[in-house]
Amino acid sequence: MKADPRGVLSGVHFLDGDQACAEGALAAGCRFAAGYPITPSTEIVERFAQRVPLLGGMFLQMEDELAASIAIQGAVWAGAKAFTVTSGPGFSLMMEHIGYAAMTETPCVIVDVQRGGPSTGLPTLPAQADMQQARWGSHGDYELIALAPNSPQECFDLTIEAFNLAERYRTPVLLMMDEIVGHMTERVEIPPAEQIELVPRRYTTKPPAEYQPFAPEADLVPAMVRAGQGYRFHITGLTHDERGYPTTSVAAHDRLVRRLVAKIRNHAAQLTRVEEHFLEDAEVIVLAYGITSRVALRAVQMARARGIAAGLLRPILIWPFLEARLRQLARRPGLSGILVAEINLGQIVREVERCVGAQVPVQLAGHAGGSVHHPQELFEAIVQMAHAVEIER
Amino acid sequence: MSTQQSLPPNPVETLLRTDRMPHIWCPGCGIGTTMNCFARALQQARLDLDKVVIVSGIGCTGRVAGYAHLDSFHTTHGRAIPFATGLKLANPELTVVVYSGDGDLIAIGGNHFIHAARRNVDLKVICVNNFIYGMTGGQVGPTTPATALTSTTPYGCPEQPFNLPHLAESAGAVYVARWTAYHVRQITHSMVEMFRKSGFCFLEILSPCPTLYQRRNRLGDGLEAMKYYKEASVTRHGAPTKEVALSFQGPIVVGKFVDVERPTYLELLNQQLARALEAQYTGCIEEHVRG
Repeated sequence: MKADPRGVLSGVHFLDGDQACAEGALAAGCRFAAGYPITPSTEIVERFAQRVPLLGGMFLQMEDELAASIAIQGAVWAGAKAFTVTSGPGFSLMMEHIGYAAMTETPCVIVDVQRGGPSTGLPTLPAQADMQQARWGSHGDYELIALAPNSPQECFDLTIEAFNLAERYRTPVLLMMDEIVGHMTERVEIPPAEQIELVPRRYTTKPPAEYQPFAPEADLVPAMVRAGQGYRFHITGLTHDERGYPTTSVAAHDRLVRRLVAKIRNHAAQLTRVEEHFLEDAEVIVLAYGITSRVALRAVQMARARGIAAGLLRPILIWPFLEARLRQLARRPGLSGILVAEINLGQIVREVERCVGAQVPVQLAGHAGGSVHHPQELFEAIVQMAHAVEIER
Repeated sequence: MSTQQSLPPNPVETLLRTDRMPHIWCPGCGIGTTMNCFARALQQARLDLDKVVIVSGIGCTGRVAGYAHLDSFHTTHGRAIPFATGLKLANPELTVVVYSGDGDLIAIGGNHFIHAARRNVDLKVICVNNFIYGMTGGQVGPTTPATALTSTTPYGCPEQPFNLPHLAESAGAVYVARWTAYHVRQITHSMVEMFRKSGFCFLEILSPCPTLYQRRNRLGDGLEAMKYYKEASVTRHGAPTKEVALSFQGPIVVGKFVDVERPTYLELLNQQLARALEAQYTGCIEEHVRG
């Protein structure tokens, strides 16, 4: 289905990432947000709160992030598209409800504009240190989807994508922004509504007597219902059977949790979204995402100017991880190593190591947060990686 | 079997998920009694049951949602109210009931309780107060009477409990009543009144926990609790809520304490937006939100 033109501010704008994210949500048909103020994410809901009443929706400021992250799920089960927005400390509080959304297969979007941590950390300065928390932060086994934009334009585009993926897979989708992307102002082009494709909610076509809330369709995703339609359905965070009824059966638990994981994992290849530069002949691959990818591209260009065959691999969709593509690249002869640049002390690098094993050296160019890397720093790391291999040879 | 077939069906059965019986509640527990009242109240109020949604948190009373044959949500611990808030605001035509226990609504969920009351979100909040955490084995809670024994206050509870009607009224509830599991007709009547009223409504129902609270405090079984409720209860409609605090085996003031009119959150939101945006404002929610 196409976007509702009333929510789409088509045209060319000069927006920061936070504002672009709010516009993305509106374009995606989101008319309900709940949130709790936290730097550097607040501008998203400020813009949403200003715009959405004119579109027949609402923003609700809740008493904390626990409330915000569950209020949106109540709204979803009433039929709305809904999202919430936060940063590190609030993201920590939302973990339980990410698990609830995963378990109850509630499509929703949670935006984390990352700042320096741990704890209150650096409220006004960037980091990318919530990346593993995004994947593993709630207890128990589950899979979800996380995206990492590197520009205000992508904050717009990927917010729409996040809503679409949430509906497609009935899963929480995390938009992992960072303070710089959130606060940097750039050209943002918002296309006409008829060019924005939206994934509608997958409502069941079965009558109440035949409907089972958690009986999966062929792609392992069950069709949904909403409250007030006569289905008299039950939703619980307890382990449940296909009827939605709680059970402590080990077999039912196995069936449920494996399906929750598989419905995402089985589609990992379709979910891969990457941007690649100069990979054809690259000896050194720099893997970077979010704001760091822009610094990394600069470093790669510096290396190329000095005759070093460097390339950039930017995962746009972080979870599930781009395992297949990475393994394929790692097998290529002539590759000296993979340099992972991220604003943390080693999170996604662990995933890269897991995927490529001992095939190629993997090295972290970490940063504790508060700033981006200096391109020179990454350039030097590329040079070192290229030379280390030369010396070995 | 043949004797069962000859019995007339229980009138509340259509409101129960009979395929989930037997339930998990202990013999003598009062939660099932309150649920019976709830089913009867739904029938008496003649609501469109397809538009009634029940939301519970976690705990013994949290299981009510799972036994009610309605659209029903068993949410996370303490968060039934914010979930219900999102549900109600995104579809105002629903009647949204929050049905949970004292620990869930008042301890871990206390912050949401006071804020939803302050906002006057149109929710019917039913709190079964058994003075204890039952599901986890009888620990002290925010409603445990001072001196009472629990598994985590084995020498007696030193704390002052919340006076729930007073808390609810102070935070802004428009309807506040308290009964015990002995007062089945009154509970049903209060529930019907809540269904017919807009705004944040609160009903506290004292209920025996024979397995944990009664036994540890040597208060006998469920029947003993009923005798206590019968003898100790004094009905005082309109009693100032600050005077209705409970004490260990002390007198119990029951009745409807608060029944006032105040615009709901949605009404206020619509008024405010209409005033600020004038003709640009075409109304909140309804189909716009639900897409």
